[in-house]
Amino acid sequence: MITLDFVYVLAGLTFAAFALLGLLDRTNPRRFGNAAFWGLLALSMLAGDRLGDFGNGLLVLALVAIAGTGQIGRAPGGDVPADVQATRAARHGPFLLLVALIIPAVALAGTFLFKWIPGLADPKQATLISLALGVLIALAVGMTRLKPPPLLPLQQGRRLLDAVGWAAILPQMLASLGAVFALAGVGEVVGDLIGTAIPEGSLFGATLAFGLGMALFTMVMGNAFAAFPVMLAAVGMPLLIEQYDGDPAVVAAIGMLAGFCGTLMTPMAANFNLVPAALLELKNPYGVIKAQIGTAVPLLAVNIVFIWLFAF
Amino acid sequence: MLVLIGILIIIAGFLLRFNPLLVIMASALATGLAAGLDLTAIVAAFGKAFNDTRYVSIVWIVLPVIGLLEAYGLQQHARTLIGRMKGATLGRLLTSYLLLRQAMAAVGLTSVAGHPQTVRPLVAPMAEAAAEAKNDALTDDQREEVKAFSAATDNVGLFFGEDIFLAIGSILLMKGVLEGYGYIIEPLHFSLWAIPTAIAAFIIHGLRLRRLEKRMAQKAMGQEASA
Repeated sequence: MITLDFVYVLAGLTFAAFALLGLLDRTNPRRFGNAAFWGLLALSMLAGDRLGDFGNGLLVLALVAIAGTGQIGRAPGGDVPADVQATRAARHGPFLLLVALIIPAVALAGTFLFKWIPGLADPKQATLISLALGVLIALAVGMTRLKPPPLLPLQQGRRLLDAVGWAAILPQMLASLGAVFALAGVGEVVGDLIGTAIPEGSLFGATLAFGLGMALFTMVMGNAFAAFPVMLAAVGMPLLIEQYDGDPAVVAAIGMLAGFCGTLMTPMAANFNLVPAALLELKNPYGVIKAQIGTAVPLLAVNIVFIWLFAF
Repeated sequence: MLVLIGILIIIAGFLLRFNPLLVIMASALATGLAAGLDLTAIVAAFGKAFNDTRYVSIVWIVLPVIGLLEAYGLQQHARTLIGRMKGATLGRLLTSYLLLRQAMAAVGLTSVAGHPQTVRPLVAPMAEAAAEAKNDALTDDQREEVKAFSAATDNVGLFFGEDIFLAIGSILLMKGVLEGYGYIIEPLHFSLWAIPTAIAAFIIHGLRLRRLEKRMAQKAMGQEASA
């Protein structure tokens, strides 16, 4: 049976190749830093389960030390010239699009297939496993038809990842920080603070505090999942559901979506907000957040009104 | 109370634009120390969490395929396709993607599209081409805004579609937390109550995309004179 371990091995080998190719790239003045950074990430993917908790912690400290002291960077140039790309696009265009669509198509098909036919792959991880298979199939199809130099996909992939840089592991780092916050009981403290700040006897006031609290605490934690249990315990359960007899399904479902509005507005949700800015090579790292605020603020207001209308 | 120091460090660190990885590490250490943990316990807790969340970083395995396709001109082809479609305006293109992303997420297909898989190679270049069809002299700032909105549209579509799906993590979390208080609720109820917000998100973001289209169709004032 295929499990997530297969995907970790694939990711580990990919990062290892990026590290090696990075090391050999003499045009990059920071090549040793890059090689160490992606090499450590490869080690984490390949052998993380054997390093032990403290070993993994040291690995993270090393990653942070390398990135935090500015030891990683990208080599200048390396782009395929625009006119070459245009000529190739005219010749291969429709085929390229087809290969690009193989990844989502296999991810889609595999998700269903692995659920229908048990035993092939871990059904809980069906989509991630299918995504990895989609990558391998797309790569095989593309290489067969286009016949590029054998290392070209890895070289170009490495350039893309170097452009993203340390932001590539930011989402994983923030998820880990959330675990430390949980261990230290940060959520309970914030919940108590917000719980004491609500005016007595106002249903709309309590609804407003719940919705805003979900959004704000999500912005701090970068994740509505972390905010939900805290805000439910502080406001949702004692006031909205028990005191005012609100429908728990409405309070929970729309409260969570109020939190998602917060996700659109925070750099802490790095994988959605900062990583795409790097990936699209925007000058302003907060450009995506800027584009989202105009949707998030009115939608948050709508969610608060929805809870007030539908729950009571 | 003291454990909130980690949150302060995060906010200050992001505002002062220190390297976020350093800020996160400092926040984790300060929070752990404030909670009375010793240094090795904090490092081990962080390491364990880092190892448990490795799946977050595996999305980068798509990069060799994207790199290969881009070297052979995928972005150019995406632009050409939009150029050929007469009715493909910036607003319509991104609104269609929004709807598609919401619909896919609503049936549980959240990882099918995304920033590395679809936005960078396809959606962003298509959006740029659609904007250029109305205004061939896009400024750098306008181009940047079109790209930012392409990424934003992916996020809005994902967030306000996925909660309609029964088996998504957030619904299981809500069910679990409410059960802890003695309320047993079928996942379907959470799903249904995500629909009004999904519609509101489509309307609000869709209107903003129309306004974006109008804004991008206006050439920058005095641009030709200064060029």
